[in-house]
Amino acid sequence: MKPKTLFDKIWDSHVVKSIKDGPDVLYIDRHYIHEVTSPQAFNGLKERGIGVFRPGKTIATADHNIPTKDQHLAIRDLLSRTQVERLSENCQEYGIELFGLNHPKNGIVHVIGPELGYTLPGMTIVCGDSHTSTHGAFGTIAFGIGTSEVEMVLATQCILQPKPKKMRITLDGELHRGVTSKDIIMYIISEISASGATGYFVEYCGSAIRNLSMEARMTICNMSIEMGARGGLIAPDETTFEYLKKLPSIPGVNDIKSTIEEWKKLGSDQDAVFDKDLKFDAGSIKPMITYGTNPGMGMAIDDSIPISDSNGNEASSSFMKSLDYMGFKPGMKLLGHPVDYVFIGSCTNGRIEDFRAFAQIIRGRQKADNITALIVPGSKKVEEQMVAEGLTDLYNNAGFEVRQPGCSSCLAMNEDKIPQGKYAISTSNRNFEGRQGPGSRTLLASPLTAAAAAITGRITDPREFINDENKVKK
Amino acid sequence: MPKVKFDILESTCIPLPFENVDTDQIIPARFLSATSRQGFGDNLFRDWRYTKSGEKNNEFVLNNPVYSGKVLVAGKNFGSGSSREHAVWAIFDYGFKAVVSSFFADIFMNNALNNGLLPIVISDDLLKKLLVMVQKNPDTKVKIDLEKQTFTIIATGDSVKFGINPYKKECLLKGLDDIDFLLNMKSAINSFENNKSLL
Ligand code: SF4
Repeated sequence: MKPKTLFDKIWDSHVVKSIKDGPDVLYIDRHYIHEVTSPQAFNGLKERGIGVFRPGKTIATADHNIPTKDQHLAIRDLLSRTQVERLSENCQEYGIELFGLNHPKNGIVHVIGPELGYTLPGMTIVCGDSHTSTHGAFGTIAFGIGTSEVEMVLATQCILQPKPKKMRITLDGELHRGVTSKDIIMYIISEISASGATGYFVEYCGSAIRNLSMEARMTICNMSIEMGARGGLIAPDETTFEYLKKLPSIPGVNDIKSTIEEWKKLGSDQDAVFDKDLKFDAGSIKPMITYGTNPGMGMAIDDSIPISDSNGNEASSSFMKSLDYMGFKPGMKLLGHPVDYVFIGSCTNGRIEDFRAFAQIIRGRQKADNITALIVPGSKKVEEQMVAEGLTDLYNNAGFEVRQPGCSSCLAMNEDKIPQGKYAISTSNRNFEGRQGPGSRTLLASPLTAAAAAITGRITDPREFINDENKVKK
Repeated sequence: MPKVKFDILESTCIPLPFENVDTDQIIPARFLSATSRQGFGDNLFRDWRYTKSGEKNNEFVLNNPVYSGKVLVAGKNFGSGSSREHAVWAIFDYGFKAVVSSFFADIFMNNALNNGLLPIVISDDLLKKLLVMVQKNPDTKVKIDLEKQTFTIIATGDSVKFGINPYKKECLLKGLDDIDFLLNMKSAINSFENNKSLL
């Protein structure tokens, strides 16, 4: 038999039908929905007079639009409230399980899916949200879709999808101190640009990937979309199985042992051919930061802003427009530049490990006076864990305020907006113009880099706080 | 999904000569709270179109009366970022029927095709030439023939073939709908479910 990639194995086993010269009819195992991209899809069903084909395979949450303070009160913004209510009505009407606002298991869709055991190896997973790629960390084909496609899945549990090409990214070597999975993926994107993987689905391999926890793998897969890839996946291994074994329950799986034996078969064959193969060395990665308005515009934190754009064109108009927006100049260094806001959260870095990392640096220190910090857990479960581990107290004592879960400042649909012209170090995934509020200036970075800035009030190399034994400097 | 047909379009163009125009620029997140598909055109490119105080930004191309047309010509990597179909609804609602660039983000491309907005990929060189021409002469017209898959700058006769998935082409030419197609496959989907194993 011809050797196959993991991507091919999962994809091919989910094709209901291949249309000649057209897309494949792809069967979807798990469908996540949220309040922002689903209402028009439900309207579509109503207009057609049809129901939801397999309601048990769709899971809903409210996350994008919700406040992170006083969640027990009614949402103040009328449109947002209507959207959240519409989701509840639709879920009720069609029998879809909803982890909505104030549900004890509520949270960002890409954080709760894995937590609740709904994301499992070998699945096809879609959601009307581009960061669905996060779930690829479990060895799944997971990708974002538009609302028309949400409607297709609700109506038939299938979508029409052309098969993407395959790319393998291998990362070997040892990571240096102070370098996290966020830095890995920001480094890769800065190397290949914000459109470098468009048309591809990525498989991440190599020893440096194998050594990562599930949380760290999710961060990497999450940002695959920021280089244009439809998604990214990592073959399941012992780390994956350990994570799954520790979950309180896995819906639909009765005998975890024999299921793991099945999951063990999920991997690319040795001689499988990829359309593109890239290799990077983990040892060359430093803590990263972005200086522009797309995630490809990133650099090592102690570097200077390049004087030409990624194509080597001398300061193209798009490149200059982006630097102007940020208030930066080509050739400038960012270390020491003042920061106004720090946001830790989102489906990229809103998991318990991220809050532990942040705590690593703030323990025994105080927040800088010029910093407004938004500390937003990715889910209720993360929020509870933070309390249980004493992190919430630690944060409060250091002058921070821990909010309630949600997407928050990652896309600023709620009140959590960064004001015009202000600089925010953000652990989220997009530094687009106005992403965190009109006129906001986003600098993407890891939780460690965010913590260092929260303490000093300036862009700071987190390695200053961490010594060679990976211990935090007092 | 609205059933939209597309066959031949002759139109002037609106130039947007920036690269990496992301979906947050096309329709900022704070306008995504609506629960219908209509009306997003009002907020298309909102933060470029209006100043901070809410007045029209006269420097932005959509506010420049010399430019009009149903074809948006944009720099490379158009539509990157979020999967929000609202971006396509906004462009369509504003009155565009086609977007021309040298490179589109994947999800945007699918969303556009699913809503009858035709994404046309042309070479970097031709894109540059077209942008310059349109900026010099806003009356520059292009012709898009979906059946023949040709894109032509009428004044110069520059004509290229563009690619489109044959299935999607058929859908657009005939105004067919994906969901009807899938609904007709229910029995195949049922039997797929019955035979499905883990891999
Ligand atoms: S946290 Fe940000 S990126 Fe993630 S789902 Fe929410 S809005 Fe999207």
